Amino acid sequence: MTGDAATRLIETAGELLAHAYQMELEAQERYGYLADQMQMHNNVDLTKLFRELARVEGIHASGILEQMKDMQVPQIRPPDYKWSGGESPEVVDMGDMHYMMSPRQALLLALKAEQSAFEFFDYLLKSTDNQEIRHFAAEFAEEEQEHVELVLRELKKYPESDEPAREDMDPPTQQE
Amino acid sequence: MNIQKTATFKAGDYKSDLTPVWCPGCGDFHVLLSVTKALAELGTPPENVAVISGIGCSSRIPAYTNCYGFHGVHGRSLALGAGLKVARPDLTVMVMSGDGDGFSIGGNHFLHACRRNIDMTYIVMDNRVYGMTKGQPSPTTEPDWDSALSPGGTGLSPFHPLVIALASGANFVAREFSGDIKGSTRTIVEAVRHPGFSFVEILSPCVTFRPDEREWKNQTHAAAVEATDDPARAARRIMTDDGFNVGILYRGHRKPYETHVKDTAGDPAVLEEEFAI
Repeated sequence: MTGDAATRLIETAGELLAHAYQMELEAQERYGYLADQMQMHNNVDLTKLFRELARVEGIHASGILEQMKDMQVPQIRPPDYKWSGGESPEVVDMGDMHYMMSPRQALLLALKAEQSAFEFFDYLLKSTDNQEIRHFAAEFAEEEQEHVELVLRELKKYPESDEPAREDMDPPTQQE
Repeated sequence: MNIQKTATFKAGDYKSDLTPVWCPGCGDFHVLLSVTKALAELGTPPENVAVISGIGCSSRIPAYTNCYGFHGVHGRSLALGAGLKVARPDLTVMVMSGDGDGFSIGGNHFLHACRRNIDMTYIVMDNRVYGMTKGQPSPTTEPDWDSALSPGGTGLSPFHPLVIALASGANFVAREFSGDIKGSTRTIVEAVRHPGFSFVEILSPCVTFRPDEREWKNQTHAAAVEATDDPARAARRIMTDDGFNVGILYRGHRKPYETHVKDTAGDPAVLEEEFAI
């Protein structure tokens, strides 16, 4: 996601809140899907990790919903959200998943998603003079930065040097 | 809070509670997401949509939707879909398949479904391999794809689905990449709206047996030319295609097949009369 699209087109605080809420909902849903995938492949550690990330995103979605109570918030059709990639910047690309994924690899994907979300709000904050938008953009950028730091702290538990080799003792293409 | 209601359905309304068993990273997850987003955009109630499939990884998709579905027999999804659409023209019929199911076992049905031009949408998740049966080459596999089951490759020219669809009379022909959810969603919406038989090939990587296909996200690119309604022009374009152009190739104006069956929706007595001996 590039911030410029959001900067050009998000014109009201209500519109920003609608985007922020959708972003958290999509992130919650996506982490839930990833947890399901890992559960299906009996990867207990990553199931827990993705469920926890989904839970955190859900809490933030509820918080934004609370903020929306006294606001004029437009209902936006899915194709009309202003992110350029077609999906919110905070979702992990499901194409990057792997059945033998390690916790470190999963956290790196989460880190990328959280950083994209931070950049979305940070760019908006730096590019608009609308004080109301700046207020919310600063708040959301700070929250996303907290997510980034949370993931970075988790990553320290899985240093690259300890990364296990991705080796399948019964690879899917060996059937002779 | 003052939210103006405009949308009726969300993508999640079209998803079932079943968890897909596809491999993590499989492009079919993206296709499921695009299909549900497209249905939400179309606003068709789930009970007015039928998702029909054959056999294979991709053909599991009806179970993962909250619409009516039929997980049929190998290669026969189009026959099932055609029969249903003729009997129930009021339904939105989406037939979902894979490259093995759709172009090999069901290859003959593909030709005639294009020719008949019944108003339904055919989405083929093309991963160029038989994934469910553990990695045999399919009709769209490259001739030099070297694997344990095809040492040195098959040496056979791959089937070209868009060329066949166009030549056989499909009224709408497109290709998308599964990872481009926005593009795929938009094209599926157009395919469903377009009258007649719409064919959408979605390049959907098999990350288990074709890990090389993860590169498709860097190889696919928007077609440099706009869609055309001239089959001759579309044919010239597709014959010089590199296999990774995505977007709508052709929107035709051929009149869809018209069923002569009465609209029996909600009236079993009328149906009974037709079948009375």
